[in-house]
This record gives sequence, C-alpha cells and structure tokens, in this order.
Amino acid sequence: MAAVVTIEELHKIYDSGDVPVHAVRGVSLDIHRGEFVALMGASGSGKSTLMNMLGCLDRPTRGRYLLDGTDVSQLDKNELADIRNQKLGFVFQGFNLLSRTTALENVELPCLYGVRRMSSKKMRERAMYCLEIVGLANRADHMPNQLSGGQQQRVAIARALVNEPQVLLADEPTGNLDSKTSIEVMGVFQKLNEQGITIVMVTHELDVARYCKRNLILRDGVVVRDELIKDRSIADTELGKLRDAETAAKLLAAGSPAR
Amino acid sequence: MSTRLLRLLAPALLGTLMVTAWYGVHLWLDTEMRFLLPTPVQILGAFRDNGESLGRAALNTAEGALLGFGGAALVGFLFAVVLSLSSLVRASLYPYLMILQMTPIIIIAPILVLWVGAGLKSVAIITFLICFFPLVVNTTQGLISTDRNLVELFAMWRTGRWQQLVHLRIPSALPYFFTGLRIAATLAPIGALVGDYTAGNSDGNGGGLGFQAIIYSSQAKYPALFATAAVTCALGFIFTGAVVALSWLALHRWHDSYERADR
Repeated sequence: MAAVVTIEELHKIYDSGDVPVHAVRGVSLDIHRGEFVALMGASGSGKSTLMNMLGCLDRPTRGRYLLDGTDVSQLDKNELADIRNQKLGFVFQGFNLLSRTTALENVELPCLYGVRRMSSKKMRERAMYCLEIVGLANRADHMPNQLSGGQQQRVAIARALVNEPQVLLADEPTGNLDSKTSIEVMGVFQKLNEQGITIVMVTHELDVARYCKRNLILRDGVVVRDELIKDRSIADTELGKLRDAETAAKLLAAGSPAR
Repeated sequence: MSTRLLRLLAPALLGTLMVTAWYGVHLWLDTEMRFLLPTPVQILGAFRDNGESLGRAALNTAEGALLGFGGAALVGFLFAVVLSLSSLVRASLYPYLMILQMTPIIIIAPILVLWVGAGLKSVAIITFLICFFPLVVNTTQGLISTDRNLVELFAMWRTGRWQQLVHLRIPSALPYFFTGLRIAATLAPIGALVGDYTAGNSDGNGGGLGFQAIIYSSQAKYPALFATAAVTCALGFIFTGAVVALSWLALHRWHDSYERADR
C-alpha cells in the first residue's frame, strides 16, 4: 500500500523565547493508507507539535513531509490552507461546533470554505451522508445543546469527513468524554477505518490507544516506540461487555433482598 | 399549593399590601396635606379626566423613544462591528464614546434645540444618545469574546474576515447584543421623557409625556402627574417585553440561557 504520509528527519525548533526549544528532533515515519495510528507521549514530548505539522498547521524547521505525494514542507500559508481543506479532516477535544446552527449545518460548514465549490443541494446530500456514517441522521436538525457530548463529537467527526479527506486527524477526541462514550466514539473511528479511512489521533489514554492499530510513543521529540497492536480492543465487543456487566449488576440488585 | 400558583399569588398579595399601606399613609396625612399622595382612585380619575391628552402624549413619547431606540440599535450594532475590528480602533474610539456618555443630557438638550429645533427630532436624538452606550459596549464585548477554539477552527479553514464575522462572530455576539438591547429598552422611554422635558414642544399635537409633566405640575394636577408616571412605566414594560420576546425568538433554540425540557 502507498504511504499517504511520509516524513523524513522532521525537526521543529521554536525560538520565540530566550532559549530555542527543540520540540521535535528528527522524526521519520511512513503512514500507509488505511492505517489507524495513536500518537502518545507525556506533555512536552512533542506529540502536539508533530500533530500540528502533520495537520499542515505549522511548518517544520528542517526535514521533508510528503502528504499524499505532495511535498508540503516548503509551502506558504495559503498553499498549506488549501492542502488542509482538500486532504485533511480535523477532530478536536472540545468538539468545536457552532452552537447556533443545527448538526447538519455544522457538518456543511467546511464545504462553504472548501476549494471545491458544490451546489447547496449537493452539499446537503453530502453532509447528510456523513451524518448517516456516524449514525446521527435522525439528529440532523438538532442544535448542539440538544445533543450529548458523544453525539456532538460524532457530528464533529461527520464534519471532518465532509470534504472526503485523505487523512483524519484527531486531537484527544475522547478527552472530554466519559469512558463509555469514549468507546462509542472509538467505535465510530474503527468503522471509518474499516471503510479505508486513514486516521491519526493524539491521545494520552492507554486504553483508548488500544483501539488503534499502531501506537507511536514520543519522548523528548523523538519516537521511542513504534508498535503494532496485536490484540486490539474492538469497540463493539467492549460495549457488549459493558452492557452485560450492567445487566448483571441490575439482576444482582433485583435479586438481593429489598430490605 | 403548586409553585406556579404561588408565583402568581405572591406578587398580587404584595400589591394588595402596598395599596393598603398607600391608603394608610394617605389617611395618616393631615387633610390639607393629602394632595401630596393622591389615592389610586384619584389617579384613575385623573386617567379619566386627562385620558385624551395622556394618550396623545404617550404616543408622542413612544414615537420618540422608538425612533431613538431603533436608531441606537442599528447604529450601535454597526459601530460595535467597527470597534471589534481591532484593538487599535477600540483604543482610538473608546475615549470619544466615553465623552459622549459622560456629557449630561441636560446640557446637550439646549444645544440640540439650537441645532435641530425643539420637538420630535431632538427627543429622538436624546433617546438615541442614552441608548447608544450600553448597546455598543455590550455588543462589542460579545464580538470580541468569540470562543478562541472556534476562531482557530475558522482560521484553519482559512475563511475570510467577512465570513468569520457573519458565520461566527455576530451569531455568538447575539446574546450580548440582546443584553444591551434589554438595558436600552428600559432606558428608551425614560430617555424620550427626559428629552421631551428638556427639548420637547407642543406644536401640532400637544407634546409628549415630559411636556405633560411640566404642564400638570404647573397646574398642580398631582393625580395626573402620578398618572403620567404610570404611563411612562407601562411604556417601559412594553419596550422591555418586546425585547424579551425578540430575544427569545432569536436565542431559545440554541442558547444555554434558555432551559430546554427536551434535552
């Protein structure tokens, strides 16, 4: 399979302060189509900096970054923005939905600013299709404040999909969610990944990373571990286990003497 | 008893108590001093006797208030958008906005009379000046308080300034705008009354409530003066009520300040 992301000897040095900070110190890696990667590491490990560069939000100081065959390491701000809108989808920890607009309109939003113009009918169909993928077609006309946290994050995922990105980048997508909802959201990611979408996510939760296919661990700006997860968690199975546990707990409560 | 019923009964009960106390004070005063506090019945009588002139004056004041309030809402909103463009713009314009707010209406009024003449025009301008400040300050605050994350999201999509304003900044400033509008709505009738008092005239249709207040007090028609106060108060309620309704229409579907039963 072709590598959709190739980075070679990537460095990022911030010298805005008194002392230059060498946040990423020579990272090289390939991410192939259909991979599902978790980027892990303590704060200050460089994972956010690396993620920003992968997301074309920041340019590397040194090194090469090929995204879908295009060398993006030397592009200027406007060109980077075009690449972002065409090839990348973003999911954030805080959902970042517009509170005044419905789920469907939120999903449509990137189309309004995208490079490819499409008719409003086409846009609506595309947004609706993305909501179907995340299982929220029946909530299309709901406002964000009528949705639970997990549902809001699914709307945000649908929004990230609307421009048919090559890679989905998620920054702590389960950071604001409880453990059960986190599994549900990871289930959505797994489903998307099965359909061939490449996903890279930052997380600091080990059990969340176990839903991914590959874990990268950063420390002091370098990759210290790069491993494939052998017996990874499957969201459907885990949710099933949770349900069984809940049922068992209920039965136990019902079976115990009332007073 | 349901809390709903209690909520209706409690203010009614308090009102009855206050009217009783009112009569008490009225009767407690020496007979020749009772004119100081006319009874509700006397005030209702004043409504009957002066109904026509009060009604006409109320409409006149309402017109001035509405013109000034509407103008302030429109111009204030646009001015806030300009102020939100950059902190340099704000730093340059705020001192002058403050000067406008600090200058007493009592002093502005005669100048306005000199410039545009006494009457509706002056009254509307005075109302405008009173309503303008809270509207501008609130709306500007709203426009510059947009969620950082969303601003970054829009920057990431590289949306234009205009799109960011229309799709993001203005919608999220709406609750602030309506707060300003609500303050302005309570000020508008008072502003128009003060304007009328200081820069109104009686040409044509007899002047507004401020003008009537001058006439009633000079004629020692004290119950009518109290009736004028009641009319102004009612005008304030109408203005505020309209804004509350407008704000509900604009915000209730999405803003957290409105509780939803179906969440």
